[in-house]
Amino acid sequence: MSTIDVLAEPSGPTPAVEVRRRGRIVRDLPLEAKIGAAMLVVLFLAGLLAPLIAPYGQNQLDLANIFSGPSGSHLFGTDGTGRDVFSRTLYALRLDLAIVLAVTYPPLMVGVLVGAVAGYFGGIVDAVLARIVDTMIAFPFMILVIAVIAIVGPGVKGVLIGVPIVAWALYARLARSEMLVLREQQFMLATTALGYSKRRAILRHALPNLLRSSLIYSTLDMVVNLLLLASLAYLGLGAQPPNAELGSIISDGQSTLLSAWWVATLPGLVVVLFGIGAGLLGDGLSDGQLRGRLQ
Amino acid sequence: MLNYLVRRIALAVVVLFGLLVATFFIIHLVPGDPVRAVLQGPAPPAVVAQVRHELGLDEPILTQFGHYISNTFQGHFGTSFALGASVASIIGQRLGPSAALIGYAMLIAVLIGVPLAIWAALRPHGWVDTAIRVATTVSFAMPAFWLGLMLALIFGLDLGWFPVAGYSGGVGGILRTLTLPALALGLALSAVVVRTLRSSLLEVLQSEYIEAARSRGLRDLRVVSKHALRNSVMNTLTILTVNVGFLIGGTVVIEQVFQIPGLGTLLVSSVVKRDYQMIQALALLAGTAVVLASLAADIAQAFLDPRVRLAGR
Repeated sequence: MSTIDVLAEPSGPTPAVEVRRRGRIVRDLPLEAKIGAAMLVVLFLAGLLAPLIAPYGQNQLDLANIFSGPSGSHLFGTDGTGRDVFSRTLYALRLDLAIVLAVTYPPLMVGVLVGAVAGYFGGIVDAVLARIVDTMIAFPFMILVIAVIAIVGPGVKGVLIGVPIVAWALYARLARSEMLVLREQQFMLATTALGYSKRRAILRHALPNLLRSSLIYSTLDMVVNLLLLASLAYLGLGAQPPNAELGSIISDGQSTLLSAWWVATLPGLVVVLFGIGAGLLGDGLSDGQLRGRLQ
Repeated sequence: MLNYLVRRIALAVVVLFGLLVATFFIIHLVPGDPVRAVLQGPAPPAVVAQVRHELGLDEPILTQFGHYISNTFQGHFGTSFALGASVASIIGQRLGPSAALIGYAMLIAVLIGVPLAIWAALRPHGWVDTAIRVATTVSFAMPAFWLGLMLALIFGLDLGWFPVAGYSGGVGGILRTLTLPALALGLALSAVVVRTLRSSLLEVLQSEYIEAARSRGLRDLRVVSKHALRNSVMNTLTILTVNVGFLIGGTVVIEQVFQIPGLGTLLVSSVVKRDYQMIQALALLAGTAVVLASLAADIAQAFLDPRVRLAGR
């Protein structure tokens, strides 16, 4: 039996054995996944603790110190009104990461459930669902979110409505295709033979397996969503002042790019760091999963 | 083959109809009143009623939907109330720069992505492969608009090689004004090309006919270029068409960075002005472009791939 099946069967090994196995899986992660996970932990902590660790207020003016370059007292320098770019970046990161989590994981749960049900039962439900998913995925994501923002007005609300409308569809497609394979496997056939209800078979036996690839994919999805958020904020369609997003700080710095490069450059680097961390984690996890399957 | 084509085209028609429904209801979900947006301020009730009638908004919703569909098929997209001209003619004027930018970005993605994918696939898990993998992770993580700003800072403002804003037509003009924007847009796509093409090349390189070519003593590069790559052309084409939607979204931001008078800057200014007629037409156009691109790729694949072409004979 492969590692995946062991994890999926709550009625299998005793809990103590299972804990030990899970522990080994974390230890056996490739180095790049560990590095990626560490980067994400640091960034999420920085966002979470922003009010505690930010040296200045997010909109604290200091007109005596406008456009001062990066230094010990202002790590990322200051902008045109003397606001500390590092503190603003921390608060923006806090807001952006909260939105990213909110538009990534609830749609993941919905998508995986829908995909699991469609894949398990097949037939007409499956066919209709596949067409809806096709239409969703065909629509340029960014344009759809901008259209929703045109309706509800600029701000975070447009993103919170617009992204989940589409985001579940990818997970539904992923979960459905895995379910098609899964439902023919021994342990799933056994749930039928043992007379378990379909609900129990899907929720307790299939779902843990389906969640695995969706969670791995979600590392990439978080990057895509963060980039989308940054783009919208850059266009002025994201959070409105006094709140800042990473994209709006970069946008503020564009006009003074040559004289004060740090305002636009350094918050962008934070986005890049998040993307690299999530990319490394995702790559490492999918490699680990492949190896697990081959064993 | 014919069977496949008919099914594929029918599917595209279904999705296109879905797009029509979605774009129609975008306007009708608007909490504000489009009529007020046209009038831009308070007006006497008689005037409001007249404008409502002119826009056809006083008719039953299904009748309106019928009008929308027949107008769309005749190419009538209404009048932009912010710009005071026909939506179709404004879009026509703005289409060129955006199309050039998307085409240029695809070209850059292929020129960078394909050689790197081959290089990485020749020695999987070697140091070149690892370096390329790290590079693609980084380039995928960069926001396109931020990369655009950095390119503008280095190659525009600092070195003065390219202008940092504006657009001019013709091959020379495009090379001068669109090189930086297309690089910003194409680099992220090249990361996708490298990743996907590398894994498909690796799969092909493990197949029996490649073993046969190798045992005949052909060199690696020749095996890849003569045998493996031919199989991967379709893959690359599919990657590009699947990402047309991504590119269209990217142009919206990149055009803003470099002040290019294309459809992206038009969309953003329409959102600010709440020009719903324009937003509706642009959303429909973007969706249609994606559907037609993937249809074209599938049909091309059907003609090029004998497994699909000969199926059902």
